[in-house]
Amino acid sequence: MQSSTHPSPLLSIQNFTTEFRSSGGKIVANKNVSLSIDHRRILGIVGESGSGKSVLCRSILRLIPSPPAYVTEGEITFNGRNLLALSESEMQAIRGVEIGMIFQDPMTSLNPVWRIGDQITETLRVHKGMGRREAREVGIDLLRQVGIPSPDTRFDEYPHRLSGGMRQRVVIAMAMACKPKLLLADEPTTALDVTIQDQILALMLQLQEEVGMSIILVSHDMGVVAETSDTIAVMYAGQVVETAPTEAIFNRPKHPYTLGLLQSIPRIEFKVDRLVPMKGQPPNLLKLPKGCPFAERCAFASPDCIETPVALREVEPGHFSACLYPERLA
Amino acid sequence: MSVKSVALPIRIRRFNPGAWRNVVAGWPLNLKIGLTMLMTIALAGIFAPVLTPYDPIIGDFQNALDPPSWEHPFGTDNVGRDVFSRVLYGARIDLQIGFIATYVPFIYGVALGAIAGYVGGWFDTLLMRLVDITIAFPFLVIIIVILAILGPGIQNMYIAVFAAGWTIYTRLARAEMLVIRQQEYILAAQALGYNRMRIIFRHAVPNLIGSSIVFSMSDFVLNILLASALSYFGIGVQPPAPEWGAIVTDGRDWLLQAWWISTLPGFAIIFTGVAASLIGDGLSKIISQRNTPVL
Amino acid sequence: MRLASYILSRLLQMIPVLIGITIFAFLFIQLLPGDPIQTMLGGKASPEAIEAAHQKFGLDQPLPIQYLLFLRNALQGDLGTSITQRTLVSGLIAERFVPSIFLLIYAMIIAMLLALPLSLIAARRSDRLVDHTIRISGMITISMPAFWLGLLLILLFGLTLDLFPISGWGDDFLGHIHSLFLPAVVIGLATAPVLIQSLRSSLLDTMQMDFIEAARAKGLNPNRIMIRHVLRNALIPMVTVLAVNVGWLIGGSVVVENVFSIPGIGRLLVQAVLTRDYPTIQALTLVFGILVLIVNLITDLTYAVVDPRVTYQ
Repeated sequence: MQSSTHPSPLLSIQNFTTEFRSSGGKIVANKNVSLSIDHRRILGIVGESGSGKSVLCRSILRLIPSPPAYVTEGEITFNGRNLLALSESEMQAIRGVEIGMIFQDPMTSLNPVWRIGDQITETLRVHKGMGRREAREVGIDLLRQVGIPSPDTRFDEYPHRLSGGMRQRVVIAMAMACKPKLLLADEPTTALDVTIQDQILALMLQLQEEVGMSIILVSHDMGVVAETSDTIAVMYAGQVVETAPTEAIFNRPKHPYTLGLLQSIPRIEFKVDRLVPMKGQPPNLLKLPKGCPFAERCAFASPDCIETPVALREVEPGHFSACLYPERLA
Repeated sequence: MSVKSVALPIRIRRFNPGAWRNVVAGWPLNLKIGLTMLMTIALAGIFAPVLTPYDPIIGDFQNALDPPSWEHPFGTDNVGRDVFSRVLYGARIDLQIGFIATYVPFIYGVALGAIAGYVGGWFDTLLMRLVDITIAFPFLVIIIVILAILGPGIQNMYIAVFAAGWTIYTRLARAEMLVIRQQEYILAAQALGYNRMRIIFRHAVPNLIGSSIVFSMSDFVLNILLASALSYFGIGVQPPAPEWGAIVTDGRDWLLQAWWISTLPGFAIIFTGVAASLIGDGLSKIISQRNTPVL
Repeated sequence: MRLASYILSRLLQMIPVLIGITIFAFLFIQLLPGDPIQTMLGGKASPEAIEAAHQKFGLDQPLPIQYLLFLRNALQGDLGTSITQRTLVSGLIAERFVPSIFLLIYAMIIAMLLALPLSLIAARRSDRLVDHTIRISGMITISMPAFWLGLLLILLFGLTLDLFPISGWGDDFLGHIHSLFLPAVVIGLATAPVLIQSLRSSLLDTMQMDFIEAARAKGLNPNRIMIRHVLRNALIPMVTVLAVNVGWLIGGSVVVENVFSIPGIGRLLVQAVLTRDYPTIQALTLVFGILVLIVNLITDLTYAVVDPRVTYQ
């Protein structure tokens, strides 16, 4: 949208729908999701657990096993190629090289019996064909870049010798080894202490500047996303219910669910008079209503909300909402 | 979604055929198959006199070393005994050994382990040292050595197994007790002032016995294999009793002339072993399901 | 440094068990009915020999002293004299020890060679037909009496096809490999199912781990992930599984050594029992107990070396 040097977005997701089939029925984990992210931008995806944000994130790398998951519709275009149409080996050449990923829990996302250096340099050796010595040089550089003290000795240590924050730095170094154009971060700070969270976010922002990559940051925490993202997408029950530039989302939310999220977080930067916990529970994904999935919990809903299918509409330039009556929020 | 059952009853107080049928229907397939196989063997042993006209002990020299035929499905041995009849009667001996050698040590093994895990202290230390020493000897070796002291025979074999076969149950029960001891329902029972034996045996043991029951099915197989190995060495069940291992051993010297004597009875052991393994598999599935919360 | 102190602490922990084993071996003779001297010397012994034995075993002393004398003799390598062979038991055991260890290691290698590929297949296709087939086959082979399978293989490959010798253990290394193949297969087939069962479940557990998804996100191909990441992690618990089953392996070898007439300590034990050669039985009790202890020690050390998470304490 804003980028002039790159006419097309780095990654665009169109009408993406994934369902999980089991004997108990089928769960639509992502429904008609459309999103895009430009070069050198950060897209934040917010939603509660079960909103489909992690499934979406993993679907970009096609990490979700099928069965049970089936993509029934849509396209994921990365650098002009539809990822969903690639063969498994073509996909392997993209994973870790052009798209890196970091995970929620650094305590479990590192292999406990591998030296951290070997884990970081594995992509370099497999994808770039680097020799052991060269890979070691690059690996130590990476550890230094992500702020690990005395990287040349840490290189040969095992993960259990590092703290959670340090491990997450290693995970980031691992994802960054091949300098990917896009970094997927699935709740990268959720498992960390609050003080460490900010350090990790700052590190990601700094690396994004240096390397010039894009980041998709998935989080349940509005605050984390607000601090970092250029654009925010809010997901609910497998659908994107609102997407807009960060500033617009916070100042002029156009979906009652977004408003609810904003009102339920304590932050001094945004003018919220009092905390309002959201009423009700997310809907049962096994049987979603025909209309707006949030209607049951919505304070602004009218009877037709339950019946009328909803889709994202541009309610002001660059600001999309799936609410039938966004004007009611004003 | 409707909730079918709220809680599983720990004990069925009144026999209710309908409910019982539902329980059986919910069993895993391998448990049903295993039980059917084991029942088949047991019934074959019980009804051996009806199923076969031949005597398992007294042979007919006229028909020695006859190959398998309709009359003698497993052939006859060197003294003219019908091998199939011997296998049928042997089921009585081998199943008896399987049950007694497994479940007698099971009872005091679990009890000792549960007590040791609950009370701790010197009793626990002493008992676990004894366990360590016992398992330092390979099971077959310690049984052979004990039989060297006591002399051969089925009774002495039982004594040897009772002396050495309890250790695994003790370890399993103790390990589970160490976990259960910390659970709220045990704390609640303590708070109600129940005495220790009541807490251990009424409250804790029903919850820790699962892994021992699953293991007991492997133990059942091991004990039948043990009995047959001891027969092979000539220090277990004494001839002419038709213990399955003994029948196999009888045919050892006639391998080339009469292959059927040694080979065919082995399948009875395998059949029983597979039955017990299937039951164990099924039981472990049931127990792991009971421990996972229903969503 | 830390490893050395770890080894030392493990050795210290073994001492009570070692004492227990020696007490059991010592009491063995006492528990036998009849006069211990008669038991030790066999049927007909000269009065001089009886007098010498009284001195050596301290039979006029109280039991604890007798036990200490027994320990002293054992530590000096004096395990008594075989009644039937009329030679020192220590020498008898020494020459029978090597074939047994050879057979055990051979059997363990065959069991692992069977277990590795089969458990990888079973884990990759868990709950499919191949998985069930492998599990049922395991139930079958584990239920086979070792001597029955041994006799069957002798009949088939020894007597009928004449591919393998049916007794002995060969003259040189290749001869050992050839002669002990059938015996090792018998033990291997009985052991492999146990290994497959635990390796399969630890492979499945490892495949669920986050770091495996991370490895996939790195764009590694599935074979590399399976071998380098999953298998490497899942193999570590196998060290313990092998050690726990060493008693089972040894039990199998005792049977198999007798079926195939292999001059090992298992055959020596059974022969000694059948001929009432009590000094030999007593010495073998000690040897088998210590053998298991040594295997357990080696296991702990291997574990400490292969698993970086183990901290020596």
